[in-house]
Formats: sequence, structure tokens, C-alpha cells
Amino acid sequence: MDWLKIGSALFLLAMIIFLFPRAKHAIENSPKGSMQDWMGYIVPMAAVILFVILLIALV
Amino acid sequence: MQLNTAVTRSQEAILATNKVIKNTYILLSMSLLFSAFAAFLGVITGIGHGAALVASIAGIAMLWFVLPRTANSAAGIPVLFGITGLLGFGLGPVLNYYLAVNPSIVMTALGGTGAIFLGLSGYALTTRKDFSFLGGFVMVGMLVVLGAALLNIFLGIPALFLAVNAAVVMIMSAFILWETSSLIHNGETNYIMAAAGLFLSILNMFQALLHLLGAFGGND
Repeated sequence: MDWLKIGSALFLLAMIIFLFPRAKHAIENSPKGSMQDWMGYIVPMAAVILFVILLIALV
Repeated sequence: MQLNTAVTRSQEAILATNKVIKNTYILLSMSLLFSAFAAFLGVITGIGHGAALVASIAGIAMLWFVLPRTANSAAGIPVLFGITGLLGFGLGPVLNYYLAVNPSIVMTALGGTGAIFLGLSGYALTTRKDFSFLGGFVMVGMLVVLGAALLNIFLGIPALFLAVNAAVVMIMSAFILWETSSLIHNGETNYIMAAAGLFLSILNMFQALLHLLGAFGGND
């Protein structure tokens, strides 16, 4: 294993350690979304997925 | 009298929100241009993977430790440009690789990222929906993706690599909705921090799209 892989792994590990308390805080303090709220997220996400498929077809 | 005061406060709040949104997008545009210039330098100088990793680590370290301390002052702006410059420069080897394989992948990923960002920002700004409920989802998603990416450094499974990149596109899309909604609903009042968050989501989405298009484009 080369040092580049080790460096990348340490970098990702540091990001996980740094993000963990923020994720915990966000889970505990984020408001719960209703079914309607989630639909407002799912519809644009479906559009993004279709758009990415279109881009893949174009390349 | 009380009604007039309430109306004045409400108008002031709307004006303040609009000012934060305007400043965020101006700063984001400038930092994206600067980052593109730094990425161009990374490409023409033929920067190696090691130097790119060091530039990226330096950029993220500035984002974590320097920007939060300077974001409430004018010093935050050059710090943000330093971060976006380093992260853009760190893209050099990836861009060089895809430019050698198929240059249209880079242009398609760039255009696609811009279109997704504009579409999602426009959606959040025009509908004025509150996406604050996505906070936990975005953070947990980031942790899962980082964990999977870390695992895949040792496993080297191509399918997992593609799954991680597809997940990054979805999570960064959610982040754009969440951050834009946060600007509208006064969750984020600091335009430097907002621009930094949006910049990172655009950068991550661009990289993930590059990998997806490179893998499925048929020339890899």
C-alpha cells in the first residue's frame, strides 16, 4: 500500500471524526419532516436522477 | 402603532435576508471563478496526486479551523478564496486524467453541475419551502459516504466507488436545498459560511459527476 492511499485514508478518517459531533447535533435538533415535506424533496431528487441519466447518455 | 412596528420589523427582516442571499451568490460566483482559475493552473502545471492531496488537506483544514474564526470579519473573504483556490488546485490530476480520456466528460460534468445547482437553488428560492428537516439526513448521509469511501480505499470495489459517487450527487443536492432554505428562513445569516458550504457542495457534485460520467461514458 502506497503512502498516497494511507494519506487519503487518514484524511477521510479525520473528516469522519470532525463531522461526527455535528451529525449527532443535527440529528438531535433537526425538525421532523412531514410526508408532504419529504415529497417536496423527492420530486426534485427524481429530476436530478433523470438529468444525470441524460448526461450519461450524452457522453 | 404596534402593527406599524411589526410591519417595519418584518420588512427589515426580509431586506436583511435578501441581502444575505445576494451577497452569498456574489461571493459564491467569485470563489467559483477563482477556483476554476486555480484548477486551470493545476492542469497546466501537471500537479501530481501527492501535491493535490496536500492542497486539498490544506484547504479543508482552513475550512475547519480558520474560516469559522474569521467568517464574521472582512478577513473571512480572503480565507474563503484561499480555501477555494487550494481545493480547485487539488482537482488538477483528476481533471488531467479525464481531459486525456475524453474532454467532453469534463465539460458535461461542469455544465451538469451548474444546471443541477441552478435548478435546485431556483426551486428552493421560488417555492420558499423549509428544508431544515434535511439537516440530519444530510449529515448522516455524509458520514455513511465517507465511511464507504474509506472502506473502498482498502477494498477497491468499482461498484462501491460508483455507488459512493451516486450517493454524493444525491447528498450534495439535498445540501443545496437545505443551505438555500436556511438562507431564506434565517438559519444562516453569515454569507461567507453560506458561500463556503455551497461551494463545497458544488465541488463535490462536480467530482462525483466526473467519476460517474467517466465510468458510464464508455471511454474509461
